[in-house]
Amino acid sequence: MAMATTVSLHVNGKTQKVTVEDPDMPLLYALRDNLGLHGPRFGCGMDQCGACTVHIDGKAVRSCITPLSAVGKGKITTLEGLGTPEKPHPLQKAFIEEQAVQCGYCINGMIMQAAAFLARTKKPSEAEIKKALAGNLCRCGTHLRIVRAVKRAAASI
Amino acid sequence: MNLTQSTRRDFLKGTGALVVSFSLAPILDRAYPRGATAAKPVALDEVDSFLAIDEKGAVTVFTGKVDLGTGVRTALAQIAAEELDVPLRQIEIIEGNTDVTPDQGPTYGSLSIQNGGVQIRQAAATARRALMEQAAQRLGVGVSDLKLENGAFRTSSGKQVTYGELIGGKAFELKVDKQAPLKDPATYKIVGQSIARFDIPGKVTGQFTYMQDFKVSGMLHGRAVRPPGIGAELQSVDENSVKNIPGLVKVVHENNFLGVVAETEWAAIKAAAQLKATWSKWEGLPEQSKLWEHVRATKINKDDVTSNVGDVQQALQQAAKKLSATYDFAIHTHGSIGPSCAVVEIKDGKLNCWSASQATHNLRKQLAAMLSMPESDVRSLYVEGAGCYGRNSHEDAAADAALLARAAGRAVRVQWMRADEHGWDPKGCPTLIDFQGGLDAAGKVVAWYSQFFIPEGAAGNVKLVAAELAGLPHETAMGPGNIIQNSAIPYAFPNVRTVAHRLADTPLRPAWIRAPGRMQNTFANEAFMDELAAAAGADPLEFRLSYINDPRGTELLKRLARLAKWEGRSSPKHDSGDIAAGRGVSYVKYELVRTYVGAVASVEVNRKTGDIRVKHVAVVQDCGQIINPDGVKNQIEGCVVQTVSRVLKEEVTFDRSRVTSLDWASYPILTFPEIPDVEIELIDRPTEKPWGAGEPSAAVIPSAIANAVFDAIGVRLRSVPFKPDKVRAAMQTA
Repeated sequence: MAMATTVSLHVNGKTQKVTVEDPDMPLLYALRDNLGLHGPRFGCGMDQCGACTVHIDGKAVRSCITPLSAVGKGKITTLEGLGTPEKPHPLQKAFIEEQAVQCGYCINGMIMQAAAFLARTKKPSEAEIKKALAGNLCRCGTHLRIVRAVKRAAASI
Repeated sequence: MNLTQSTRRDFLKGTGALVVSFSLAPILDRAYPRGATAAKPVALDEVDSFLAIDEKGAVTVFTGKVDLGTGVRTALAQIAAEELDVPLRQIEIIEGNTDVTPDQGPTYGSLSIQNGGVQIRQAAATARRALMEQAAQRLGVGVSDLKLENGAFRTSSGKQVTYGELIGGKAFELKVDKQAPLKDPATYKIVGQSIARFDIPGKVTGQFTYMQDFKVSGMLHGRAVRPPGIGAELQSVDENSVKNIPGLVKVVHENNFLGVVAETEWAAIKAAAQLKATWSKWEGLPEQSKLWEHVRATKINKDDVTSNVGDVQQALQQAAKKLSATYDFAIHTHGSIGPSCAVVEIKDGKLNCWSASQATHNLRKQLAAMLSMPESDVRSLYVEGAGCYGRNSHEDAAADAALLARAAGRAVRVQWMRADEHGWDPKGCPTLIDFQGGLDAAGKVVAWYSQFFIPEGAAGNVKLVAAELAGLPHETAMGPGNIIQNSAIPYAFPNVRTVAHRLADTPLRPAWIRAPGRMQNTFANEAFMDELAAAAGADPLEFRLSYINDPRGTELLKRLARLAKWEGRSSPKHDSGDIAAGRGVSYVKYELVRTYVGAVASVEVNRKTGDIRVKHVAVVQDCGQIINPDGVKNQIEGCVVQTVSRVLKEEVTFDRSRVTSLDWASYPILTFPEIPDVEIELIDRPTEKPWGAGEPSAAVIPSAIANAVFDAIGVRLRSVPFKPDKVRAAMQTA
């Protein structure tokens, strides 16, 4: 039987220890169940929908297929680390202004994917935004508003 | 976008769901200082069932309708605030809690505003009138001398009394009066405004608590292990196969229900994947390639004649031109992005269930029946989950959690895995439709005869997977939704017969998905209408107008023609080249009694590959009085994009044993590069009743696309989804 191991994670600017039985457990469960974060969410567990997206060292990654053991010293940012209702990130502000949410379950992935994209692409075209989000699924059909929100945020960054 | 910002006290942080689960007691104590929640009425004819006002004038609205991500929580608050004349921020909403909310019916059918909101409005109007009478008495003036503003009555001489002072913490003890006068819509300040949704700031910052985030202390994690064939029998379980998983608490089996419970979610997931069990072979599904033959051969239990005018058979015999066609619409899954989730706790003989069910009051009854418990010992509470477009699997996750919690003796959280959701959610049923139509020599429609092959049943409770597998009490009747709606047509033809052949069975457990039946039936009706227009050589929009005897319908189509810059001519366009462009129109009066909606789709068809691109969709909708215009637009945009996905791409696949489209690779949905532009015009009628807006616009999208494809390439697509191989095949046989 495996022994429990303790892993240090750098999440949203803080170092936190999580104790797990299986170091190959996907990062998603450590963030949600061990650390109580709500931003990253389980959607498919197969890198198909993007609901679990977080940043590791500024890069958008799918936490549902990222083993804890592979994170190492990577600096993790979740939706909570991007901004708060009081001090929102320009993307979060733009999503509120465009009312770019229906159920909102996928929105974590939309904002995290778009934030990583906008960090390296200034003034993207609409087609570039759509391409950047092509791997993120939304079932409510909020796509049009999400694109408008990303455009709005891009103009303000 | 020009939005009115709201600053709601609790919803600012997006903790709406938490209000339901944790801080209900303080709210009730405030509203009912005398104590027990049992004192809170829930009957539909009591004002206290819907409203409570505390000493400070804060208003709590209790509603059995729940926000499934559509924004109705905000819209219902708007209705209550408007009718009570209180600031919006003073409204608190408690939704879907069987202890304290009235059972206003499940949240389906685009009825939350139309029925639920109207009930709340009438309760608020009754309350306002009663408070005004009390205020007049208290201040010693006539009611005509009172001015109501921000929850306070003022006299011309400056005397004042507030709601809080009049009723704070006390019950109204009043019946809802259907005659209580409503506010004049001309004076509305909150209804009709695009108020920003309360839940969005929390949702975009990770502060919102979804059902999937919800925890109770000491809870365990469970996962169900489903049989490899839908009807397979569990023969043996090898519990040793999961012994090495740390944190495993229990393997639970009850007849054919199998599941695992563990201390952590990951241990439960691993155990469910690793558990070895032997099942009998089951191959009770038809061959997918022969699905439509199977549907046509299924026993018909009864016929529902949904309209019958004149003599169709005779008219068909005498028609100058006769047309016949068969349409079909594939099986669809809900495809919620977040798999269903529930937490159940059974303590001292009482069951608490937290779920994202659209029908918490019905779920309470189902859980009580399954576990043979009195309903009074079962509490069912709503916590918002991932989008729900009908009866998906939330109730089934709750049933799984209930069986696992009962076996484990502790609270259990169950979240389905992706394959559970795609494989075991109840499906939109396969729909087959035959048409015969006739035109006279002048190209006028003289006969319309349609036959729908659809399962029997309506929108009852859908049987719980766990109850059936475990052999516990469950529903036996099918609940596909009220799928005969919109089988009859909104056109005045001299001879019409529309018949639904209600089938004894359908291959996969059915339930309603957004615009159930209305979408499939309207697809076929509006595409066949287009066939008749083309056979008559008429402009399809003008053709429709000539048969509509309804001023609101006529206005809608005329405004749609303007919005879409409709090019008046007959179809097809005879476009040449590899990429052919076309436009198609569709119209429906929802269920023939409410929301009017029309759409024009503009498409491009690649003749070589068979690929269809929906470039633009124009929608005009008249849903009567509009509560929140941006909320309505959000729903219409969602209806368009989701339905373009369903029509171009979606089809559940299965072998003889089970569903095989178990992920997003095998059941692809529309992605960002494929979305159309959407242009919307709302016809607001503030003095009319508010009608549903959540699903009617979905009903017109499949036919608008099919008709646009015909316009582009002269080929009729009569089988949803319009996948490239089917488009190429249709081109070859055309």
